Amino acid sequence: MIRVQREDFDVGSEIDALTRGRTDIGGLVTFVGLVRDIAGGERVDAMTLEHYPGMTERALEAIEQEALRRWPLEATLIVHRYGKLMPGARIVLVVTGSAHRMAAFEACEFLVDWLKTKAPFWKLEETPRGERWVEAHASDDEAAKRWEGE
Amino acid sequence: MRLLYFAWLRTRIGTAEETVDPPASVRTVAALVEWLKTRGPNFAEALKNQKLVRIAVNKEYVGLDHALAPGDEVALFPPVTGG
Repeated sequence: MIRVQREDFDVGSEIDALTRGRTDIGGLVTFVGLVRDIAGGERVDAMTLEHYPGMTERALEAIEQEALRRWPLEATLIVHRYGKLMPGARIVLVVTGSAHRMAAFEACEFLVDWLKTKAPFWKLEETPRGERWVEAHASDDEAAKRWEGE
Repeated sequence: MRLLYFAWLRTRIGTAEETVDPPASVRTVAALVEWLKTRGPNFAEALKNQKLVRIAVNKEYVGLDHALAPGDEVALFPPVTGG
């Protein structure tokens, strides 16, 4: 399941909802991305996430389907926020559940790596020197490339 | 044809979306980008580095050789930075 929303999410409630009534999941892996207050040595006062409504959902669904194709997952959840977020705020939640832990660990890393390089979101940082768009990191591209050709 | 711009492409071009009617010779994404660059210094500046421009047609990523149709929704945006 995927969701794109302005509102915050509660990690515990999301996990409860995802696993309610389920007895086939042996392990859950959770990733939560947060807004940091410093980037490139400069203070970040706030971050605004822009996205492409419609395409964002489609892209996240495609990424989720790819994870389900590659690993024996019993449950998946991606929640990604947009709008203005303050340092410390939650940005993204990725949860994977499988009968055995390895699939859940690998699939969670895969989902985070792929959504960072494929889902149409852009970060605008507010710093003491003004606004700046976050540039794509080569390290994120490298991380995503690990999963190619499988 | 509906065009959408996001992130710094939107701010440099100065609009989030517009409807355009490119000349009949504009049949591919590559031709569209070249035509857009001729529409003003803001377009030329925003689109000068092709490596930093990603394109989606009807909400799916496409390459430069993708063929365009009149009713397409074409989005131009920089490399994504979510997560």
